[in-house]
Amino acid sequence: MIALLRRDLALALRSGGGFGLSLAFFLIVVMFVPFGVGPDSTTLALIAPGILWIGALLACLLSLDRIFQLDYEDGSLDLLATSPLPLEGIVVMKALAHWLTTGLPLTLAAPLLGFLLNLPDAAYLWVFLSLLVGTPALSCLGAFGAAITVGLKRGGLLLSLLVLPLYIPTLIFGAQSVVLVVRGLDNQTAFVILAAISLFTFALVPFAAARALKVNLK
Amino acid sequence: MSLWEYANPTRFMRLTDRVLPALVVLTGIFMLVGLIWGFFFTPDDYKQGSTVKIIFLHVPSAMMAINIWAMMLVTSLVWLIRRHHVSALAAKAAAPIGLTMTLIALITGAIWGQPMWGTYWEWDPRLTSFMILFVFYLGYIALWAAIEDPDTAGDLTAILCLVGSVFAILSRYAVNFWNQGLHQGASLSLDREEHVADVFSTPLYVCIIGFILFFVTLVVLRTRTEIRARRASALMARERQG
Repeated sequence: MIALLRRDLALALRSGGGFGLSLAFFLIVVMFVPFGVGPDSTTLALIAPGILWIGALLACLLSLDRIFQLDYEDGSLDLLATSPLPLEGIVVMKALAHWLTTGLPLTLAAPLLGFLLNLPDAAYLWVFLSLLVGTPALSCLGAFGAAITVGLKRGGLLLSLLVLPLYIPTLIFGAQSVVLVVRGLDNQTAFVILAAISLFTFALVPFAAARALKVNLK
Repeated sequence: MSLWEYANPTRFMRLTDRVLPALVVLTGIFMLVGLIWGFFFTPDDYKQGSTVKIIFLHVPSAMMAINIWAMMLVTSLVWLIRRHHVSALAAKAAAPIGLTMTLIALITGAIWGQPMWGTYWEWDPRLTSFMILFVFYLGYIALWAAIEDPDTAGDLTAILCLVGSVFAILSRYAVNFWNQGLHQGASLSLDREEHVADVFSTPLYVCIIGFILFFVTLVVLRTRTEIRARRASALMARERQG
């Protein structure tokens, strides 16, 4: 399993697409917001937590179809499926590799991009923490969506339609755990539930994803 | 003699062939009686005036929107566990009806909301959850449309329906956390305090039964169409080979 993780990481780093691209996309989304709503810094400060969360979520979405697509096309997914590793484990490792190459860089970049949006001081820590805890759920749900659409020729758009509704709870609790702090309220409930969603997702969704892969590899 | 016998498409077709005319007639009676009673023979509400009458469309369609998803969840499970084709096809047949019911509930709600709350749309938890349900239906239907092989499509949509159900329920409670609402609580319940007055609730029950019958009729019709389409494509495939 570790070997699989390392292989995926190496592929993602050396092919040079994934991780830089999502970061650049994130930067552009954040940059576009002032163009859309105007450069007024109080307005920006008000919406900054939401923008950072939505931007990270969309950037995460971009690289989802790569999770299984390339391995499916060159047949290595069939090899992996017939290996002694359980398919669920493969899904978890794939999701983890996706998170390490997408979710983690986005999490690290978010506080920096917060400067551009005049993010309130108290929120920096929580933007970082909530993304750190929340993005694994996004990767895992994304792996599920990718597993469902892997057999389709043009699954990209469909993948977004399937995955985005599943992101709603994560987005709500993630953004709330920042927004509540900005408003000077207690965010513990939101943050704990966000963590619970992440753990819950990693515990159960790989089974569904593995089932979907089995159907697609049949 | 068990329910599972009707999982056989031929038996299902034979049974529904006999039941369908009765279903159509009953649906017509209940819908007409319920809606005409509701619209013309109930008094105006002392606060809401005649706008209250939209309840006879709004509440049944909203109930159906949720329950149709629940029905799809059950039929998806039956398909995954027992591999009965009728079950998968019934789920496929039900989805567009559920989507339409969600849309009706949203639109009638907006029309009702304008005079009562002064706004067509508000990011209220109930309204938002219906919007979310709408998107879930869209994804489900899009997945059915995207996959060519019917068995694969059945499997994948069933898995999506299971995972979607879990996350739809999560979203339902997440939006409660996120915003306080304008929408009133349940209109019908055993708890007298919350219940609407009897003059409204009796025709409302008739409407709800009408909507349920309407849904059953449509699902049976659409499932029969799906079975016929499946048979036609099987025949065509055989002809190409032979």
